[in-house]
Amino acid sequence: MPKITLIEYSGTSHSIDADAGKSLMQNALDNGVPGIDADCGGACACGTCHVFVDEEWMSASGEPGEMEEAMLGMRPDRTAQSRLSCQIEVTDELDGMLVRLPEFQM
Amino acid sequence: MSESALLPDAQAVPLAEMDISDPRLLEQDAWRPFFARLRREDPVHFQASSPFGPFWSITRFEDIVAVDSDYETFSSEPAIFIGDRPTDTPLTNFIAMDPPKHDLQRRAAQPVVAPQNLAEMEGLIRSRVIAILDGLPPGDTFDWVERVSINLTTQMLATLFDFPFEQRHKLTYWSDIAVGSPEMAGGSVGNEERLAGLEECLGAFTRLWHERKGREGGFDLISLLQRDPNTCDMVERPNEYLGNLLLLIVGGNDTTRNSISGGVLALNQNPAEYDKLRADPGLIPGMVSEIIRWQTPLAHMRRTATRDIEFRGKQIGKGDKVVMWYLSGNRDETAIDDADQFIIDRDNPRHHVSFGFGVHRCMGNRLAEMQLRILWEEIMQRFHTVEVVGEPERVRSNFVRGYRKLPVRLHPL
Repeated sequence: MPKITLIEYSGTSHSIDADAGKSLMQNALDNGVPGIDADCGGACACGTCHVFVDEEWMSASGEPGEMEEAMLGMRPDRTAQSRLSCQIEVTDELDGMLVRLPEFQM
Repeated sequence: MSESALLPDAQAVPLAEMDISDPRLLEQDAWRPFFARLRREDPVHFQASSPFGPFWSITRFEDIVAVDSDYETFSSEPAIFIGDRPTDTPLTNFIAMDPPKHDLQRRAAQPVVAPQNLAEMEGLIRSRVIAILDGLPPGDTFDWVERVSINLTTQMLATLFDFPFEQRHKLTYWSDIAVGSPEMAGGSVGNEERLAGLEECLGAFTRLWHERKGREGGFDLISLLQRDPNTCDMVERPNEYLGNLLLLIVGGNDTTRNSISGGVLALNQNPAEYDKLRADPGLIPGMVSEIIRWQTPLAHMRRTATRDIEFRGKQIGKGDKVVMWYLSGNRDETAIDDADQFIIDRDNPRHHVSFGFGVHRCMGNRLAEMQLRILWEEIMQRFHTVEVVGEPERVRSNFVRGYRKLPVRLHPL
């Protein structure tokens, strides 16, 4: 099981044993990590599972697709590290990945 | 759709003759069996004729998410309600615009309702809520819509625009007439009245724009538009300026107003849920989402197909109107357990379609939730029951699902 660390905006850190094959969003919810709303349930349609992927894990976790780009584009706090966690599929290659959660979801 | 005709029986009427755009479905609160039948028998349904022309109805949750997400196939131009905009006022705004122009205009307005800005406003909202609630007459019957729902949302709008507070009732009036015409959504506001009102609205906001120009700071919408290079000259394009103002006025008015009223009604119709709330006010945040789902203050959003497409086995043609019935998606049992029930502590209460999905998802959703949360926190500190003591009077529209009147009596703690 790949280990993934999610750090809340407050600094609280959560290390989870993630299920490969599920999205990062689903893994975070399954492990009770706060700060991810996922209103649309993983359809890349609401933007409320926004995370910042740590620099060194950006290439391993892939590029945002066109729809994800469109959704991220509306976030005032968007950065080059922004991703929607429902669009990141957890794989064994992501063992050790670090992501940070935003101050708010909207 | 004559005034005297009765609505048909939802089960007996042939699907081909069912008029799902009839504004009386909401006015008479008769819509449930009609939409339930469409979801069951023909979830992507073509209605060949209506007072608003032919259109497709999308009635299931997942199909709504799919259409709402695909802005390239399902365009928001030229209009986002079932009817068409009257041609005498060619207003434009970003809700009826596709990317990339949509994105530029939305980004300029978004900070006004971003959570950082909202945190600044929370104290002000709470003090206004308290003043409104403390001014209500205990023991008397009064209209909750007027005294609380309209009053609170209007004060909020005045804050967002930094609009002269003593004239704030005008914002409510402009909101009502902007979407009240018969050809747009089946309302009853005459064209002459509407045009005069819109002209007055544009005039007032044009004066505000010029008065505010050059003023430092300010996190109201006008100041934000003036500071953003993409929108800093919007006042020179009156149709665009007025269109975007009305979008924010309507977006921040009807929706929250009717969810404020709807929550009182829902709790009265479900006394066991009211008991749960009294026992644990910590349920308020989840209840707020449930109220917004249960009420669905905007019944639909419309798109227009940009190409021929097969969707769920149906052939949608280029140029066809495609109406996503949010009202129906929120009652879809395949996506939401016990969807017709109002359950304030349900699992996953944020999984509803009232805010829409995709790039046009409601910009003010966090503001709406905050207003409702603060209101219910303060209500529960004061009143054992806000009792509904008569039948609500509902809005005649196929777009706005709302209330004209809701008679209540307060029972203080």
